[in-house]
Order: sequence, then structure tokens, then C-alpha cells
Amino acid sequence: MNNDSIAQQPEFLPDINTFYQNSLHKIHDHEGHSMFGFIVFLLSESIIFLSFFAGYIVYKTNTVDWLPPGVSGLEVKEPLINTVILISSSFVIYLAERELHRNNLPGFRFYLIATMAMGSYFLYGQAIEWNSLEFGFTSGVFGGTFYLLTGFHGLHVFTGVLLQGIMLSRSFIPGNYDTGHFGINATSLFWHFVDVIWIILFVLIYVWQ
Amino acid sequence: MKIDDFKKINIEVERLHYDRLEKEPGRDWKRYFTFSTDHKVIGIQYLVTAFFFFLVGGIFAMIIRAELITPASDLVDRTVYNGMFTMHGTIMLFLWTFPSLVGLANYLVPIQIGAEDMAFPRLNAAAFWLVPVVAILTIAGFFVPGGSAQAGWWSYPPVSTQNPTGFLINGQFLWILAIFVSGISSIMGAVNFVTTIFRMRAPGMTLFRMPIFVWTVLSAQIIQLFGLPALTAGSVMLMCDLTVGTTFFDPALGGDAVLFQHFFWFYSHPAVYVIILPIFGIFSEIFPVYSRKPLFGYHVVAISSIIIAAVSALVWVHHMYASGTANWMRLVFMISTMCVSVPTGIKVFAWLGTIWRGKLRFNTAMLFALGGLVMFVFAGITGIMLAAVPIDIHVNNTYFVVGHFHYVLYGTVTMGMFAAIYHWFPKMTGRMYNEGWGQIHFWLTFLGTNLNFFPMHSLGLHGMLRRVASYAPEYMFSNVLASLGGFLLGMSTLPFIFNIIISWIDGEKAGNNPWRAIGLEWLVASPPPIENFDEIPIVISEPYGYGKSEPLTLDRPFIEVETIEKITLATTDNQVEINNN
Repeated sequence: MNNDSIAQQPEFLPDINTFYQNSLHKIHDHEGHSMFGFIVFLLSESIIFLSFFAGYIVYKTNTVDWLPPGVSGLEVKEPLINTVILISSSFVIYLAERELHRNNLPGFRFYLIATMAMGSYFLYGQAIEWNSLEFGFTSGVFGGTFYLLTGFHGLHVFTGVLLQGIMLSRSFIPGNYDTGHFGINATSLFWHFVDVIWIILFVLIYVWQ
Repeated sequence: MKIDDFKKINIEVERLHYDRLEKEPGRDWKRYFTFSTDHKVIGIQYLVTAFFFFLVGGIFAMIIRAELITPASDLVDRTVYNGMFTMHGTIMLFLWTFPSLVGLANYLVPIQIGAEDMAFPRLNAAAFWLVPVVAILTIAGFFVPGGSAQAGWWSYPPVSTQNPTGFLINGQFLWILAIFVSGISSIMGAVNFVTTIFRMRAPGMTLFRMPIFVWTVLSAQIIQLFGLPALTAGSVMLMCDLTVGTTFFDPALGGDAVLFQHFFWFYSHPAVYVIILPIFGIFSEIFPVYSRKPLFGYHVVAISSIIIAAVSALVWVHHMYASGTANWMRLVFMISTMCVSVPTGIKVFAWLGTIWRGKLRFNTAMLFALGGLVMFVFAGITGIMLAAVPIDIHVNNTYFVVGHFHYVLYGTVTMGMFAAIYHWFPKMTGRMYNEGWGQIHFWLTFLGTNLNFFPMHSLGLHGMLRRVASYAPEYMFSNVLASLGGFLLGMSTLPFIFNIIISWIDGEKAGNNPWRAIGLEWLVASPPPIENFDEIPIVISEPYGYGKSEPLTLDRPFIEVETIEKITLATTDNQVEINNN
């Protein structure tokens, strides 16, 4: 396509020249595709959690003996500390992203490591909590849903920390950011997603007892 | 201008680029066995793999029909019979309809929207290579102690949570694993399609210039995205019940067996629209070509696909009228289910409006599309009947339901799929198929389908239950008819297979556009080169411009100036002919 043939376009399409150029840009905008696709994926992933939540609500409202024998309820204090740490880490990864956009790599690494530490602390706290509980995965639907929801979410936290680790190690590769910031943007979005899911989960499991 | 002259021009056009095509690396058959990222190769890989499993599922179906030709359970063991109908359903849905339609969409969508490839080619290839994994997991069920899964394709607990052999890896375990992997593959595909359609369209290819096939693929893939995760959630819980010993679906220990049905149907009813919507797209592509008329009501047909996708999320409980569902819920879901018939009816009338007073050509593809449409209307009528609570309670779990959904899945989906394969065969292979054998294939399929599935309706109305290996002798006559129809369907695939193989190897050269169809895919060579277009085309008009004298694109890739003049002349001649009619 040379400029002449664009110039000869029919008059009823006045904007096709700019449109064509915009689209050419769009075709090579692979980073944009990736982010769009990743958001679509996250929306779909959220439906799994919504399904688990819906199942939880059905069980919670319909089961006669909700708590297994010998269990009086869940301790809220320590999970709350965990929650505060996980939610704060969302702001920390935002700071990391901001530092990266300012091309301040040491600052980016500092905040990213901080996020990873907070995420890991959350997983550690979760493990401590699981260890201290006197009911198991097979203790009725109460135990089943509790471990299913926290476990499935914990898997996502673990994935998030893993992704942050990859982003951290990639930041040492020269020229890693020449093609854009999709990796860290996606990791950060995933982390926010994991946080939002946790807030709903915390309300459902710990607050609504 | 005669069709033959037109073909000659096309072949000339192709010859201009023949050398170039031949020189492209990796254009031999071996590429179909590699981890290719070309969407066309992946499309063919999907189609061929899916068709292979269509045959496998068909053999299972014929074993079922052979068992049912006599009232007594005398051919296979009852556990084998249970495995047969479970695996028949599973294979036909997860290894035939889904992958074949994804394969077709893979082949067509990027070309139809003027893109070089899908948005994520490697993800695309990975999604395809998960299909053989699903197949191995599914088939492996036959080789573990206790045999394959036997709980039916919907795997309701408590049947599906039984593990009489006590092994961790049993048929049901492998079944759930297969569904899980299939789900991952489908989500990868869905993300890819939605991204491709929203972000990779050629300049000028606005949403309302997309062919209807692209619209329907978009709607279907959106359904995958919101529906499939619910099945994943349900199957994770089912897996825990089966292996770890949780009690999510065990009412004796506080669980809720009906909850699984909700998870299952929240996906698996919309899944029916995932399957049928692209078939609607195929009909919408084929009728205008062979009627030489623009698609009637293009905008409405496009929007009705999205409406079907939206409404599909609100109808799942109509599968559960007999599962202790509250009366108010039955009423709500009866109304919502009947609402689906509105956008669907719009499409049917649009197709009728398209072929009405058109200049019809009864090629194999058109015959399959018309046959599919007729059977879809019939399936729609029984569908409305089943949506009504009183009728559904009467015929619940009987052969009436089996007859209904086989009219959808064989009569419409498989016929539509054959229509698509015949229609785009010249594009995919560069060769023409044998028209005579194609028509024989159509008539065998059309007769076989009706002979097989029509008697099931009366059987069901008289109370014959589905999934039984033996039945009362008074049901025998209809069962014999159905079985004969089933064997006829089995035979009907033979002319298709021979036709496709022989034509692919030694068919007549097709040229770019043997059907004189309008669409971006018909502007490129057959088969299209890697990355489809030399230059991304600029689209300047709506699709299906039959009988209008406006070009589809601003420039025509692959065609020299003189040839453009010849083709323009040819098209104009053709239009004058139509207008005079």
C-alpha cells in the first residue's frame, strides 16, 4: 500500500487514512493484545471463585449442623492481621510499578521484594492457622468449603509471589523493558485481583460466622 | 459469463502466485504433525482430530444401538453399556463438537476479519495440543480396573462419587481430569478468540462489517469464558469428593447433591449455545452465497447472537425441573428458556428471508445447510415443548429428550459442520470435492438422522427411559428403526471420508473463489499463504454484498490489474443476470 492509493480512496470514507495508520499501529501492538487477553482471562478466572462463593453461601444457609462437633468457630484476630498485610501489599506493588515507569530499577526491585515478603508472610500465616485448626478437609461441608476456598486462594497467592519472583529476576536482564511493561503490569493486576478475592472471602468465612 | 470461464480466471490468478506458494517453507503434510503456530494449520489439526473422535464416538453409538435392537440386554455387559453411553456423550461433546468448531473458527476467523493470525499463536497451538491429552485421558478410562466412567456425560453424584474398585485412579477420576484439561484448553482458546476479534480486525472492518460467523464465534467464546469456570469449580469439588473424601455432594453427611447439578448445567446448558451459535454462523455464511442474495437483516442477526449468549446464562435450571426444584423457580426458568426462542426465531426467519426468491444452487454445502435448518426447526419445536414444565416432567429422562438433543447435535450441528467442511474445503485444500459423492453423503445423512432420531420421540412419549440396556418388548419396533438409522449414519460417513481424502490428493484445482462468494477469505489464494495477506486489506463495505456493485476491499491482494478488470467484469455480468431475474 503506497501513499498514492490511499490518496485515491473514495470520498465517502474521509478518515480511512488515519484509521489505517492507527490500525497498523494496533496490529503491532502485541503488548496491548496481551493485556487485553489477560484481563479477559482474569474475568473468567473470577467466575471460579464466584462459583465457590455461591456454593459456600448455599451450604452456609442450608446446612443444619454447620460447625463440626467440637468446633466453636474461627479465630478472627490473626487472619485479620494477615488480611491487612495482604491488602497493604497491593499498594506496595503499585509503588513498584510506579518506580519502574520512572525507570528507577533499584526502587522497583525494593518494592517488589517487599511485596513478595508480604505475600510470603500471608502464606506463612495461613499455614500456621491451618496447623492450629482442630478440623480437617473432610470435616463436613464446613471443613470442606473452608479448606477449598482458602486453599484455592492460597494457590493464587503462591502463583502471584512466583510471578513476582520471575519479574524480579527478569529485571536483571539488560533490555528487558524495551518491549514494554506487560509482564509487571499483568503481575500487578493479578495481585490486585487476588486481594479483592481475599476481601470477599474474608467477609464470607470469617466475618459472617 | 459462464461459471467455467470464471473458474478459469480464478485458476489463472492462482497460477500467478503458484510459484510463490510452492516456495514457502513447510507447506507439505508434515506440518500438520508439528507444533505449528499458523492458525490455518491448527485449524486443520483440530478438524481432523475431532473428526477422528467423531468416528470413535460413532462406533460407541452403534454399539449402543446394536444392544438396543433387541429388548433384552444381550450384546454387551451392562457395565460396558454404561461406559458406552457415558463415553459416547463425552467424546461427541468434548472431542467432536467443541474441537471441530474451534478448529473451523481457528481457520476462518483471522482470515474473515483480515488478520494475519490469531492474537496469541503459541497459546493457540498449546490449546490444540491439549486436545490429544484430553483424548488420552478419556480413552485411558477403558484400561483401568473397573472400566471407564459410567455415570453418564453429566456425572451426577451420588453415582459419580462411587468408587467400588477402591483404586485412586479409576474411570471417573480420569473422566474428571479429562474435563478439567478440556476446560483449560477451551479457556485458552476463548481468551485468544475474544482478543483476536476485538483487537486484530483489519482497517475498516468495523464490528458491523464482520461476517456473522465471526459474531457467533465471539458470542460462543464469551459463553465459554463465563460458563466454563462454573463447571471447573463443580468438577474440583466432585474430584475432592471422589478421591479425598470430602462430602460436598453427599446429603448423608451434610452435602448437597443438587448443587453439582447447578454447577454442571450453569455451564453445560450454555455449552449447547457454544456449539450451536457457530453453526448459526455457518448457515448465515452459506445461505447468501448459494442464494445470491445479501443476508436478510444482517444487524439483527448479529445482535441476536449476543442476546442468545446473554440469555443462555439464565436458563440452566430447565434441566432440573425434576430435581426437587421449587415451583417458583420452575416458572422463572420456564419463561427465561422460552425467551431464547425469540432471538433464535429471528435468525430462522432471517435465513428464510435470505433464500426466499433467491437464485438457489443446491450444492452439497447448501443441501447440508438446508437439511440442518429443517431439522433445527424441528428440534426447536421439541425444545419449546421441553421448556414447558408439565411436558418436561412427563418426558423427563426419556428418549424424547434424547431425540430432541440429537436433532440439535446431529441434525443441526453435525449437518452444519458438514456444510461448513464442504463449503470451505476448496479454500482449505485448494481442491474441489466430488459433488456427486457429496450429495450421496447428504442424502444418507439426512435419511439416517431422521430414521435414527425421529422414532425416539414416540418412544419417549410412551415412557421408554434413556440409558437402559433392556426395555419392554412393545418398544421394539421403534428401537429397530432407530438402530437401522444409526447404522445408516455410520455408513454415511464412508462416502465423506473417501471423497475428502481423494479430492484432497487429486481433486480439480479450485481457484481462489469457486463459489463466487464475497468475503475476505475468498480474496486470498486457496489454500491461503502463511499470514494470509500480502497487505492487510482495507474493508470498505458490509459483508454479503450480493447483487450490489460495491467492492469489499479497497485493494485486492494477490491479483494483478488486468485480472481485477476481468473479475470486475465477471462480477458485474453476474449481477446484471441476478437483477434481471
